[in-house]
Parts: sequence; C-alpha cells; structure tokens
Amino acid sequence: MKDKLYEYILMLGDNSMILGHRLSELCGHGPSLETDIALTNISLDLFGQVRSYFQYAAELKGDGATEDTIASLRFDRDFRNVILVEQPNTDFAYVIGRQFLFDAFHLPLLEQLMNSNDETIAAIAAKSIKESRYHLRFSSSWVKRLGDGTEESHQRMQAAINHLFPFVSELFRETKIEKEMKELGIGADLSLIKTSFNQKIKEVFEEATLEIPDTPSRQTNGKTGIHTEQMGFILAEFQYMQRAYPNMTW
Amino acid sequence: MSNTVELKNIEALLREVTDPEIPVLSIMDMGVVRDIEQNGKALLVKITPTYSGCPAMDTIATDIKLKMDAAGFDTTVKLVLAPAWTTDWITENGRRELEKYGIAAPLDETSDKHALIDGKRIVKCTNCGSTNTKMVSQFGSTACKALFQCEDCLEPFDYFKCLK
Repeated sequence: MKDKLYEYILMLGDNSMILGHRLSELCGHGPSLETDIALTNISLDLFGQVRSYFQYAAELKGDGATEDTIASLRFDRDFRNVILVEQPNTDFAYVIGRQFLFDAFHLPLLEQLMNSNDETIAAIAAKSIKESRYHLRFSSSWVKRLGDGTEESHQRMQAAINHLFPFVSELFRETKIEKEMKELGIGADLSLIKTSFNQKIKEVFEEATLEIPDTPSRQTNGKTGIHTEQMGFILAEFQYMQRAYPNMTW
Repeated sequence: MSNTVELKNIEALLREVTDPEIPVLSIMDMGVVRDIEQNGKALLVKITPTYSGCPAMDTIATDIKLKMDAAGFDTTVKLVLAPAWTTDWITENGRRELEKYGIAAPLDETSDKHALIDGKRIVKCTNCGSTNTKMVSQFGSTACKALFQCEDCLEPFDYFKCLK
C-alpha cells in the first residue's frame, strides 16, 4: 500500500516538476517581460507543489530519501509524468497550448483531491488549487488572444494545439495504481475530470475560434515510466549538479 | 497567568520578524504564524506558506529560529499546509502597512476577479489614490502580486492578489 501511494504521489508531483522545469527554461527568454514573469511565476508555484509532494513521498519511502533525492537521483524510467508536459517550448503558442491543456486537467484534478481520504494529499491540493486557478486564467486568456488574434497567431496557435492534442488522452487513461487509489478514496476519478476538461476546452476554443483536432491519440505511457527522448535531455540539465558533484549543497 | 504574559512576549518578538520580500510587513500581520506552543524553554512555532513556492518561507523559518533562540528559547519551526493560507488572514494593520509600502492590498474575491480578468478600474493607486488604474500583468514581481499602473499619476505599483 505504501509503495502504491508513493507511486501515486510521484504521478502527481512529476507532472508539476517536469512542466515546472520546462517553464523555467523560459526564464529570461519569454516573448515579453510580462509573459516571462508570468511563466516563471507559474513554474515557481509548480515547484512549490512538487516540494510538498516529494517531502511526503520521501516520508513514505524512508531509507534516507529526501525531496532532493527524489527529484535529482531518479532515472527517466522512474518518472511518472505524462508525455504532454515533456513537450518542448517550440514557440510561445506551444508553451501556452501545453499550459492550457495541463491547467484544464489540473484544476478539476485538484478539486477532487481536496476531498481525498489522505490528509496530506488533501492539504496539498487545497493549497495548490488557489494557485492553479490563476494559471488557468492566464493560459486560457492567451489561448483566446492568440486564437482570435491575427491570421498568423491563429494559424500558429492551431498548429500547436494540433501537435499537442494527441497527448491529451493519456491524462485520462487510468493506470492500475490510479484505479486502486480512486477506489480507496485517495485518488481522483479521471472520468469525471475528463468531463470538466472537455467542457473547458470547448468553451475556450469556441471563443478562441480554434478547432478541436480529431487526430488520433498517441499510445503514450509516461505514467508507467515510458518516456520520449525529451526526458533524457530534461533530466541531464535538471540533475547535472547532483550527478557531477554527488551530495553537493548550497 | 505567567504563561499568558510569556505568550504576549513571544508574540511581540515574533512581530519583529518580517517577510524578507515585504520588509515592512510582520509575519504576525501576514497571518503566516498559525500556532505557538510553549513548554518551558521549548518553543514550537507553526507557520504556513502564503504560496507553495514562496522562497521567503525558508528565510522566515530561519529568522524565527534565530530571533527566538537569541531570546533564550529552544525553537522548532514547523511548516503546516492545512488549512491553506488566504489573504483574509492579513490583518488590518498589515493591509495599512502594505499600502504605505506601495502595494495595493487585496480586494474581496469578486472585485479581484473584476480587476484581474474584466479589466475593471477599481484597484486604488498607492501613490495618488486614483482608481483610474490598469493591469499591466497578472503576475508581478512575486507570485502573490500583479502589476498595475495608474493612468493619472502614471505610477507603476504592485497589487496583492486575493487568494481564497
């Protein structure tokens, strides 16, 4: 049971960590000062959530594990994030598209987790949801602005969505662990999240004059540790210091 | 009785600890201190983060420990997550200090949405008091703030976002 809960917490925390890392890559590179600050602020929120999740995970794991060892000393196959959040910052439309799709999933997820039987998960969710509401406001307003903007911005926003959308189905494909956690009242019911997600997408895309792509979904399995080649590059950068100078602190 | 006096002293000392990013604001006025337990020399201070990623929390915890240990306590600072912090816990005094410092204090939840989403001009400029202000960015210099500018006196200023 402890092992399964540990895995489930990684599923929650790893999404925030990998997306948070992707956003941190934009620090100093955002298309404008305001978006740069916004994206890195969102990154900071996500990493704050990661710390809470990983502190809890470390407690469950024991054996000298800490939030830092969990973040910095696992290999790609040990990560439980979905493939969507690994996608690179191709251009601003991709960054916004990825963020919006994740936020539209994250918010209803946290809404459910607030009522988790697990007190720590419930507390982290209650804390995180306040921040994630701002994230969704930010990302959806940009999806609308770009989608319903100029011909160029519309075309590029749609292109980004077309690329990202096949990764969405993984969010709702229930793994064994997620099923068990749901049945125990600890985890969320993904089918309910899917309903809220679809509603939000429809509402925002309509206003943004974007189309929901009907491209087939990809058979991705990030939640069981099968990642794309992106993951190696992400971890190489994220974990460099701990790998090069084991146990270093600052 | 002596315990009550002691607690008042502890609170007075904690009042001197400030948020490193908003140095005019005491952590007591921020509503960050959730509980104080004292048993002889042993002191337990429970604090809660404003935002989960708030980098000030580690500094605040260290500052509390340094201050209270110097006063003769053996201090432990514990971070608690529930119940989650809300801007409602900022005291009246805290709100005044924020405004004096040039940060507009959080509005109620509905007005906050009007200001941040619908672009309503209701946030009061901390420099001239005009509400003819516009949002420049939903995210400001820290995660808890949005960036505004006054269209009358042109002063750019931070607005502390409502967190419920």
